[in-house]
Amino acid sequence: MHELSIAINIIEIAEEEVHKANAKEVNEIEIEIGVLSGVIVEALEFALETAIKNTVLEQSIVRITKISAKARCTNCGMEFEIDDYFSPCPKCKHLFSDIIDGKQLIIKKMIIS
Amino acid sequence: MCDTCGCGESEAPLIRKPGEDKHNHVHTHTHNHGDQKHSHPHSHYHHHDNPHDQHDHNDHAHEHHKADHNHTHRKEILLEQDILHKNNLLAERNRGFFDAKNIFAINLVSSPGSGKTTLLEKTIKKLGKEIPLFIIEGDQQTMNDANRINKAGAPVVQVNTGSGCHLDANMIYLAIKKLEPADNSVLFIENVGNLICPSMFDLGESKRVVIISVTEGEDKPIKYPTMFETSDLCIINKTDLLQYVDFNIARTREHALMINHHLEFLEISAKTGEGMDTWYDWVKSNNP
Repeated sequence: MHELSIAINIIEIAEEEVHKANAKEVNEIEIEIGVLSGVIVEALEFALETAIKNTVLEQSIVRITKISAKARCTNCGMEFEIDDYFSPCPKCKHLFSDIIDGKQLIIKKMIIS
Repeated sequence: MCDTCGCGESEAPLIRKPGEDKHNHVHTHTHNHGDQKHSHPHSHYHHHDNPHDQHDHNDHAHEHHKADHNHTHRKEILLEQDILHKNNLLAERNRGFFDAKNIFAINLVSSPGSGKTTLLEKTIKKLGKEIPLFIIEGDQQTMNDANRINKAGAPVVQVNTGSGCHLDANMIYLAIKKLEPADNSVLFIENVGNLICPSMFDLGESKRVVIISVTEGEDKPIKYPTMFETSDLCIINKTDLLQYVDFNIARTREHALMINHHLEFLEISAKTGEGMDTWYDWVKSNNP
């Protein structure tokens, strides 16, 4: 349900940038969502579909890139890709690791006109 | 647009003290960040190093030398901006306020019915004698929790999020203005009962405490990992019911540690008082 909140934050940032540049609308927007960001990409796409009506994003192409997550094993220091919080280290099978990537929620860039 | 959850577009959170009715509350303005004309004390972060006058000249030929004329052509803006930056900035602002006043702010998160309010009632009666306590209650609707806290004897402000599913930094900002917590106090923020959404919203707290009760499944931590990953302490509540339910505390701890190996644990029964001293000690020893 918080994906709608995220969608509205995206629209607010877009509105701000369009206003600052004295432009009219957004043509393209690129968003990066880490797989451990807590946001479900499909739910965000669904929320955006409705939320962008009558905003500067209404006609925009929305590109959402999923960023895979990485963890570092606290035992052997091995860095490995994960898609959940509890994958053991593939090398030493240790259960504890620190997440080093995959939590981002970023607007990379926009093309406006 | 509503900055809280997006669900109720013009619905501002309702922030009240016990005894105030709906009709004389201080009106909090609805945020319309789209119009750019309002002036309220949000800090806005601008990337001044954006290449604002960088254009893509590949697809059309044109002449322009000034960046402030009417743009009818496309231009690329490199943002690299955190989508939650507004909330995060406001959270840092709250954090600065707490630091300056030496207030220890604790964000209590859990599913509905895990015993957050009972824990607070007991804490107010015991710890409230030693340390000034202030409470912010978050619920979708009703003053029920604030009234319970008020009865227990601590100053409280209720935030009704309306259709919102979590508290955000702006609601806390508005609530602390109304609550006026004292220097050197402990501020408990009881978040909306929800194990998902509140995990994403920093309120400016010093510590996040997740509560689960033994009547919930022992696999809660791996079902709702984000909340456990972002918390500092996990309280396992309602231990007085352990004999009636199929709940293995050791396995729950194991699950939670797989998500967050920095997590601390306390086992308590807010109802009977069992283990509550460990909680009071935790609050006192973490209080800066």
